[in-house]
Amino acid sequence: MITRYESPIVEVVCRVIVPFVQVFALYVITHGHYGPGGGFQGGVILAASFLLLRLCLGGELAHQKLPPRLAIALGAFGVLLYGLTGLVPMMAGGQYLDYGHLPIPGVSGAELRYVGILIVEIGIAFGVLGIMVGIFDNLVERQS
Amino acid sequence: MTILAAIFILSGVFFMTVSCLGLIRLPDFYSRTHAVGKSETLGAILLLIGLALHNGFVLGSLKLLIILVFVAIANPTATHAICRAALRSGLQLWTRSKPGS
Repeated sequence: MITRYESPIVEVVCRVIVPFVQVFALYVITHGHYGPGGGFQGGVILAASFLLLRLCLGGELAHQKLPPRLAIALGAFGVLLYGLTGLVPMMAGGQYLDYGHLPIPGVSGAELRYVGILIVEIGIAFGVLGIMVGIFDNLVERQS
Repeated sequence: MTILAAIFILSGVFFMTVSCLGLIRLPDFYSRTHAVGKSETLGAILLLIGLALHNGFVLGSLKLLIILVFVAIANPTATHAICRAALRSGLQLWTRSKPGS
């Protein structure tokens, strides 16, 4: 396992910056359908914040924030969310990822598409977050 | 206001150019990080101040100032971390008698 060189400056700056990075990542994810951004970009920024924690604080502390097994599980959950959100309109009579047919009562077509895109973006973000963190953990573990 | 913004932007571009020149011309790793860490941070700060002045008092200027704060925090810290890691893992300092490394 690769170890780090302890430095109080890097640790303090990391602790200050990481919450802002995560809030910005959530902004990018939820505003994917208005402006630049989306699930993939927001997920990568979110993953980068966790990777920064792993780089700056070392293994044990950072694994308390996001355990490696939980990261893989989050990735699988994201892919599952994407796939199921795509499949639900097929059951209601539409095509794959055709959000207009989502069976949510009392919501009209445009708003249904809005909600559907948001759910799919969140699924993509979870998937990208889990896979990025998983790749990093795997690479670090191999160097024993 | 536009003239002030132009002065800030031009001086920022000047410092960025100097740091790029240092990145190419300086002899070893430590002096190159010295060039990037100080001069390029100053250049980015001046450039962002100039852009904020050019925009006037709108939300975009506030976002530019927030970017400025984070660049000013993160850039020297990253340079510090890289330099420290290089020193701890045994990279030799450049001297005139022993050129190159």
